[in-house]
Amino acid sequence: MQPEYKLELICPAGSLPALKVAVDNGADCVYLGFRDETNARNFTGLNFDASTASKGVGYAHTKGAKVFLALNTYPHAHGRERWTNAIDQAAELGIDAIILADPGLMQYAMKTHPCLQLHLSVQGSATNYEAINFYHEHFGIRRAVLPRVLSFAQVEELSRGTPVELELFGFGGLCVMVEGRCSLSSYVTGVSPNSCGVCSPPKAVRWQQTSKGLESRLNGVLIDRYTDAENAGYPTLCKGRFEVAGETYYTMEEPTSLNTLELLPELLRIKVRGLKIEGRQRSPAYVAQVTRVWREAIDQCSKNPEAFFVKPAWSAELGKISEGQQHTLGAYHRPWK
Amino acid sequence: MKLALGPLLYYWPREKLQAYYEEIAVTPVDIVYLGETVCSKRHVMRLADWLDVARMLASAGKEVVLSTQTLIESESDLKSLHRIAENGEFAVEANDMGAVHLLEGRKAFIAGPYLNIYNQQTLDLIASLGAERWVMPVELSLKELQPMLHSISSRIETEVFAYGRLPLAFSSRCFTARFNNLPKDDCRFLCLNDPDGKGMRTREGKPFLVVNGVQIQSALVYNLIGDLDSMINAGVDVVRISPQSEHSAAIIRLFRDCLDQQVSRESALQEINSLLPEASCNGYWHGLPGIEQDLIHGSMQAD
Repeated sequence: MQPEYKLELICPAGSLPALKVAVDNGADCVYLGFRDETNARNFTGLNFDASTASKGVGYAHTKGAKVFLALNTYPHAHGRERWTNAIDQAAELGIDAIILADPGLMQYAMKTHPCLQLHLSVQGSATNYEAINFYHEHFGIRRAVLPRVLSFAQVEELSRGTPVELELFGFGGLCVMVEGRCSLSSYVTGVSPNSCGVCSPPKAVRWQQTSKGLESRLNGVLIDRYTDAENAGYPTLCKGRFEVAGETYYTMEEPTSLNTLELLPELLRIKVRGLKIEGRQRSPAYVAQVTRVWREAIDQCSKNPEAFFVKPAWSAELGKISEGQQHTLGAYHRPWK
Repeated sequence: MKLALGPLLYYWPREKLQAYYEEIAVTPVDIVYLGETVCSKRHVMRLADWLDVARMLASAGKEVVLSTQTLIESESDLKSLHRIAENGEFAVEANDMGAVHLLEGRKAFIAGPYLNIYNQQTLDLIASLGAERWVMPVELSLKELQPMLHSISSRIETEVFAYGRLPLAFSSRCFTARFNNLPKDDCRFLCLNDPDGKGMRTREGKPFLVVNGVQIQSALVYNLIGDLDSMINAGVDVVRISPQSEHSAAIIRLFRDCLDQQVSRESALQEINSLLPEASCNGYWHGLPGIEQDLIHGSMQAD
């Protein structure tokens, strides 16, 4: 018998307190990473060691929530043991699924821990069902997280071509580039999401007040300059202002957040399995707030998708904490492209 | 060491493109990659047209490879992918795991630079599926490549992107259309006006990146002509030169002469400067940010 379909709310846990509030506020699953370059949010002060991970798994499981472990960077020839050790540790800790991008690691996980569930990370850049089925046939992946570049129609088309469950980003930071296919950060700073788990790292950031305004630089490269009237944003490379043919503008993307609340009925209709909230680098207070809103929205929509509408209070709450206080449906809404 | 010309990353009018490859046919390049890898909307060349170019180059003695799209999003992208994968004539470069899925076990293929092969286990795996050559991700360094090639158990050729503006990122958003305030669905193919992409400068006027449809490239030109010895020593089999609108033939000849020791590294480094559309960089190969230039191994040698 097919288990009953349910859309899982998957929330970020950058720390044990964030994990707890995510679970307490209704997350079905939380995802976390270890405190090193094995995951794509390798930031100082963030993430778990073996002891906090064990506590986190215990807390989540007691309350009926699942724990996913992100091991979604690509190991280099040297130091790969850190990744394979992390896989061994995940199996020991009773992690419910590991999120991987590197095919060599998937092979290791499948051979060494055949019971461990594998999810394909967004860093795997799988944007079509042939790619997803490749990972399914070779490594038995159960689920794929889709890059934030497909339109909703393309997601629906893709879902018909694969038995693999799909997980989509629903809210939070918006990568304008195909995840796993962006080396902008290593071009400027030497470290990238693929190889080090970081993009536009804080250690490369310099702020400087000049006569022309407040300047943000990454490893010396001017990413943006703000007048006193403007809100300065974190200098993520793809969200800076640059000049093309005499025009200075956000050449790649504005500082904005992804928000797909209004797509919920459609996501349920095509039986998307996971709705992922981005933001392991955000505070427990943020995680609590976002989790609460999405829990309520998913519950209401699941009960009666036809009558679903986005409550202004939800939008207001999410708006307050969004990057640049702006929302977008991103690529799900085709005109964004 | 063989020389390869990578796939054309820009959108050129048909006549320009055909004239370009006729010129390439008489250069000492060994391998030519053909096909549209950036944007599935670009259509001046259909597969049949690419096959005509491929046959012309093959009859000139070149090894021809058909490259697949990097970003495959829709059913129609998959149909084009099938047609390339199932062409019975030429080898195929897979730039997406979906392409690998169609090729594995059926046909030897080349694992393109976007497959994210970062370690020897993944390289062995790809080789076991039928890859006879792989192209290293551009952000890897010599130091990261060496242990991979030391410890792999498969026989597979290694190709390194060694000249050209670096393909750094792909999106489904078209940045050329965005510049023109047009939606991608009504882009009017304005990238045809930019034979080498559209330059993007920082607000203090420094060349930074290049907009090429859905692709972002480096503005600086990645140039490893000063690093050929380290590539040979590391066991690299093929160096890739990326097409630009002018001087490709001269650049190919210079790399060939350099490899055949017909010109010194020093004069090659000097000579190539006049062929660059922008200043050069070589940071990635030296384990630095890609944008940087390692002076000891690079231009300093020319002094």
